[in-house]
Amino acid sequence: MSILALQGVSKRYGALTVTDDVSFAVPEGQALGIIGPNGAGKSTLFNLITGNVPVDAGSIMFDGQDVTRTPARQRCLAGIGRSFQIPQPFSALTVFENLCVAAAFGRDLPERAVAEDCATVLERTGLIGRANAPAGGLSLLERKRLELARALATHPRLLLLDEIAGGLTDGECASLIDTILEIKAAGTTIVWIEHVLHALTAVVDRLLVLDFGRIIGIGDPDEIMQSPEVREIYLGIEA
Amino acid sequence: MSAPAYTVRTGTRASRLFGWGLLALLVALVAAPLWADRGMIQDLFFILTMLVLAQFWNLLAGYGGLISIGQQAFVGLGAYAMFGAVIVWGVNPVPAILLGGVAAVLLAIPTAFFAFRLVGAYFAIGTWVIADMARLIVSQWQVVGGGTGTSLPREARADMWGVETIAALFDMRAAAARDVLAYWLALALAIATVAGIYALLRSRQGLALAAVRDNVEAAGAVGVDAKRMRWSIFLVAAFGTGICGALIFLQNARIAPDAAFSVVDWMAYVIFIVVIGGIGRIEGPIVGVLVFFVLQSTLSQFGAWYLMALGLLAITVMLIAPRGLWGVISDRTGLQLFPIQRRLYGGRIAKETP
Ligand SMILES: Nc1ncnc2c1ncn2[C@@H]1O[C@H](COP(=O)(O)OP(=O)(O)OP(=O)(O)O)[C@@H](O)[C@H]1O
Ligand SMILES: [Mg+2]
Repeated sequence: MSILALQGVSKRYGALTVTDDVSFAVPEGQALGIIGPNGAGKSTLFNLITGNVPVDAGSIMFDGQDVTRTPARQRCLAGIGRSFQIPQPFSALTVFENLCVAAAFGRDLPERAVAEDCATVLERTGLIGRANAPAGGLSLLERKRLELARALATHPRLLLLDEIAGGLTDGECASLIDTILEIKAAGTTIVWIEHVLHALTAVVDRLLVLDFGRIIGIGDPDEIMQSPEVREIYLGIEA
Repeated sequence: MSAPAYTVRTGTRASRLFGWGLLALLVALVAAPLWADRGMIQDLFFILTMLVLAQFWNLLAGYGGLISIGQQAFVGLGAYAMFGAVIVWGVNPVPAILLGGVAAVLLAIPTAFFAFRLVGAYFAIGTWVIADMARLIVSQWQVVGGGTGTSLPREARADMWGVETIAALFDMRAAAARDVLAYWLALALAIATVAGIYALLRSRQGLALAAVRDNVEAAGAVGVDAKRMRWSIFLVAAFGTGICGALIFLQNARIAPDAAFSVVDWMAYVIFIVVIGGIGRIEGPIVGVLVFFVLQSTLSQFGAWYLMALGLLAITVMLIAPRGLWGVISDRTGLQLFPIQRRLYGGRIAKETP
């Protein structure tokens, strides 16, 4: 069964159509990669799925429920977790407290019940050494890790990741891939927007290509990368 | 390797020491009628009530990101509701203070409904407009003296709960006993306010409040209900501000619309206190109110110059030390008297002394 299904979803900003009649579904437990040139509407698609931005047309189903008009908060409680492309930490709180907020409210649990779990997530994401540092003082790399950690702390059933591998060294990227594979192995469905293609192909079952808000290809990663249309768009990025 | 154990702690050694010091201070303050003369009791009353107003504004602006400049609406309406209940229904002034809080909440509901649709500067202006409308409407209420105001009826003053006992206890005149009563009520209100806000900030809701202030969008994405947080602190602040307003005018025993809804007394001074002391910290308004009291008692005879000096000082502090005097002190010394930060110890974290 698909945990996420979009049907005819569209979004316009003034005259600009950023999401154009998009339909796709993600089966539970699978990982879907999303690629596309800058400004293709990838992050907007996430904002529509999480409810941070309202759709103009179409419907979004999550876990068999129509969530098209559900507020972002409720979608989080239902099991949709996300990272933001531009990190959005709670800057005055510490790294640990950032996770506490996510764990306590995203799962509606008392603070005491989530502390140990937050520490575990910090260990897994390599942030444990920075647990008591104010999030506002983190480096960009650490902020990106915090995005992933905070999303994980809500124990999502569907995890949306928006460009978390950019700027990593090869070693760091390999350990990130390991972490995400672990999350996937635990049964979490993943949708991952990424420009670092080799990281993406190491994890995802299918690839979706977005251009000018439209889906121009979806399917097996190897086949997608062979299609002339995709190669043309990606020529400048990864020949 | 077995799973390392983690613990979460909030307190620091300094904060525990401070806790004992605070307890001693509170005992001294409760016993103030024994060591302070009537003028000092009135000064302490002023400091405590301004502290309460400042703590609630700090809760709104510093923690909730709600920069209201219309809190005088709740001071004024709280005070007028108390006077109205005493004059119209013959309620004893002491319990009528609570009605001041209730009236403030009743005004806060439509105010929030309207003002929460506005953002940033428009929110601030919206709250101010509503406060001025409240002043104009109350000025039409003839039973409490219309535009010129009125005094607390003689019988109500004489019958005030506890005054007789206090007068007998300290062997003082009724007027002085009323000041002591008002002072004790202000002390109780200040303790309840600081303790209540501190408890809120240490709770789960406190984390949510900080998250909403720092990043509304991300807070929503991790399941925090920003709207509910804002509504609750706005109503709580209105309730406390209304009670404080009623208490201030119970001690004053005289009310008029311009004084009760004064934007200078209940808003400009309060903002000054919070900004000087340090916004977004419980310690801030405490430091701020002490600085303000010293300035007020030494400089207020200079009238307009005094106000200009306050403004200049506030701007200077905002430019040099945006986090106020307490921000400077705690940055230099690492001191936290009311710690709210949850720190993680043990496990794979390098050893730190709590
Ligand atoms: N709030 C907004 N108002 C107006 N236009 C917007 C808004 N958000 C995004 N856009 C526009 O929509 C288009 C798609 O933006 P989006 O961020 O979804 O692209 P993206 O595929 O994530 O790009 P990138 O790879 O650079 O992250 C862009 O042209 C962008 O300028
Ligand atoms: Mg993007």
